[in-house]
Amino acid sequence: MKYRYVLLVFSLLIPLPLQAALKIFACEPDWAALAQELGGEHVDVTSATQAMQDPHYIQARPSLIARVRKADLLICTGAGLEAGWLPVLLRKGNNPRILDGQAGYLMASEHVMMKEIPVSVDRSMGDVHAEGNPHIQTDPRNIARVAGVLADRLKVLDSANREQYQRRYEDFSLRWNTAINDWQQKGASLKGMPVVVYHRSWVYLQDWLGLKEITSLEPKPGVPPSSRYLAEVLNRTQEYPDLVVIHSQYQESKAIQWFSGKTAAPVVMLPSTVGGTAEAKDLFSWYEDILKRLLNAQRSDND
Amino acid sequence: MNPKIVPVLALMLCFLSNSASAEDPEIEQLRQQLEQLKLEYNSKIDELEKRLQATEIASQQKKNESKENEEKAKQQMVPVVAEYSPADDNAAGAPVKASKSNSFNPAISLILDGRYSDFSEDPEEYSLSGFQLAGEAGPGEQGFALGHSELVISANVDDKFFGRFTAAVDSHDGETEVELEEAFFETLAMPYGLKIRGGRFYSDIGYLNKQHPHQWDFTDAPLVYRGMFGNHLLGDGVQLSWLAPTDLSFELGSELLSGGRYPIEYSGDSTIPTYTLFAKLGGDIGISHSWQAGLSLIDAKVDYSTESGHGHGHEDEHEGEEQHISPIYSGDTATWGFDLVYKWAPQGNSKQRNLVLQFEYFNRDYDGMLSAEHEGEAETGSYDGSQSGWYAQAVYQFMPQWRVGLRYDALTSAVSGSNSELIEESGFDSEGHDPSRYSLMADWSNSEFSRLRLQYGHDESSPEAYDYWTLQYILSLGAHGAHRY
Repeated sequence: MKYRYVLLVFSLLIPLPLQAALKIFACEPDWAALAQELGGEHVDVTSATQAMQDPHYIQARPSLIARVRKADLLICTGAGLEAGWLPVLLRKGNNPRILDGQAGYLMASEHVMMKEIPVSVDRSMGDVHAEGNPHIQTDPRNIARVAGVLADRLKVLDSANREQYQRRYEDFSLRWNTAINDWQQKGASLKGMPVVVYHRSWVYLQDWLGLKEITSLEPKPGVPPSSRYLAEVLNRTQEYPDLVVIHSQYQESKAIQWFSGKTAAPVVMLPSTVGGTAEAKDLFSWYEDILKRLLNAQRSDND
Repeated sequence: MNPKIVPVLALMLCFLSNSASAEDPEIEQLRQQLEQLKLEYNSKIDELEKRLQATEIASQQKKNESKENEEKAKQQMVPVVAEYSPADDNAAGAPVKASKSNSFNPAISLILDGRYSDFSEDPEEYSLSGFQLAGEAGPGEQGFALGHSELVISANVDDKFFGRFTAAVDSHDGETEVELEEAFFETLAMPYGLKIRGGRFYSDIGYLNKQHPHQWDFTDAPLVYRGMFGNHLLGDGVQLSWLAPTDLSFELGSELLSGGRYPIEYSGDSTIPTYTLFAKLGGDIGISHSWQAGLSLIDAKVDYSTESGHGHGHEDEHEGEEQHISPIYSGDTATWGFDLVYKWAPQGNSKQRNLVLQFEYFNRDYDGMLSAEHEGEAETGSYDGSQSGWYAQAVYQFMPQWRVGLRYDALTSAVSGSNSELIEESGFDSEGHDPSRYSLMADWSNSEFSRLRLQYGHDESSPEAYDYWTLQYILSLGAHGAHRY
């Protein structure tokens, strides 16, 4: 009789073999949402960060190490965005499947054209990344590119469901490209709109929609503005009456309110990722929301 | 006009023009017509040549395009292959990363640490009641002083190994010392969540032990670390650890170490090294809270009996008092510890505000001998004392760049043994004084790479209480440091 209990205990300890969903560890919610779109019921997706966290300032928490340990596929932005914590997670996670060079290691920034790659880097320039500006998710065309690579990886890692992944990818591509066209038409009026950003995290969006960045409220990436610098920004932006101030959900700063108060420029909080606003539930509604918020700001500027 | 006739006609006309008299108006007219023809003809040839070139380029491009299309079609079939190779990614038209000969250089970082301290009592006279001080343990120096200047070099060796090297340069009493703090490798690709580490490294016992001084939240180590480990337990050896495949993070590990610092140092003829065992459990509570708890065991056999007093650092270092050597302990020490860390950051966004609470407790039992030499005569006696201590601290970042912290330390010890005279001289006897200390700190970080800290402490390590102030800078140059938990 005792053996039966022992067997029961052991059977609980042994992990369920095969047919288990592919475990995907995404560093940011946007890649988690993409993995969910492409993987459907065949994947079990977890995101290391949620929208309210600045993905640069994360600690290698025990819960993250535990999740990395079990992952079959890791998808992150790369380009130094996760430089402070991803290397520690990979080293402490004791998981050879998701190390650099494996199919289970996917850095999105290695598959898109990077912007603002500095000729030289120095810490006096603030939080600059040698690999270029890492906020690539703010151009939907980049997401389309990464989707192709991710779909291929899913097919390699879980070849039993190859056809389903291909079907899901084709379906997603069609819907996504249609949506991009739609957004581009809706956003055509935004072309040339002068914007002041808090952190330079929108260069890909600016390029896509043709927004015109006048300056950033941070004097250097990652360095909070001083009052003297803000006064300077105020001077520089006086010639733009229809200015809009852009920041993301985790950048709450008195500098933004102060600047907006002085210039009467509308402040737009744009979700930098899925979940950044209540409306941004998935990849599609996220971009819908970005477009809606920008167009609203433009309207209120014209009033 | 038939183009073939033109040159012949031209030649004939030339011939004619040369032989004929220049004054003939008809000939002059003909010549002009010929020049006209020549010009027209040349421009036509040029035009034809250009058109030919253009069509050639176009056909070449078409060829290339059809090749590309073929390749693209091939690539679309690629996913059927079951094997992944990183080269596939680039074949699909991804931007190729620039490769330079120094791309493989390891990550290098340099820590600069300096301070100005003011003590109300001479720090040279410092003692910790009930504990023998070892290694670098102590309150520091009066006035300007450098802390550890650390050079850290690390990289993946290949797909299976990672390596790190840490050297610290300090100066004590005008002498510059280079200390090799860490030089180890660890495995990256062992199955079943296993990892082996080998070389010299900071032990994984406790919470604070593996942090280097520049990662501390205060300018100095907690008293319990100062008294029991000489600030750090480190040594040469191997570590085996296992990370469980569970939702809560659970790590189990064990180390065999030689070296370390008195009084848990292995030395002499004994081949039994220090043995440690540690377990860590941690997780999140919602998105704003996280925690980690750990248990540690350290079993060390200290054997100085064959070395007759050549201990490292635990003798009184006052030169000119050469004969004064504290009695030395040999035997077993068994230490166990418990640590708990809790962190809070609203919505997980620690950049704006966050709070860290930290607690550690250690207890050590001795079972061995004390020995000393008095004017050439060896004296020994049994010793089975015990020590324990804890600290608790809270560090709160109330706005970006600014943190404040409070820490309280408490230690206690008990002695028992056969030779009360030796015990009295050994420094193990607290003479009824239980050390305690409280420290307050505030620091400002301009960026992740620079920090300025002011700390005040009231220290009752010995019955002579004192106060101290320290202003410290910590600068980190080079590779991005790790955001450890």
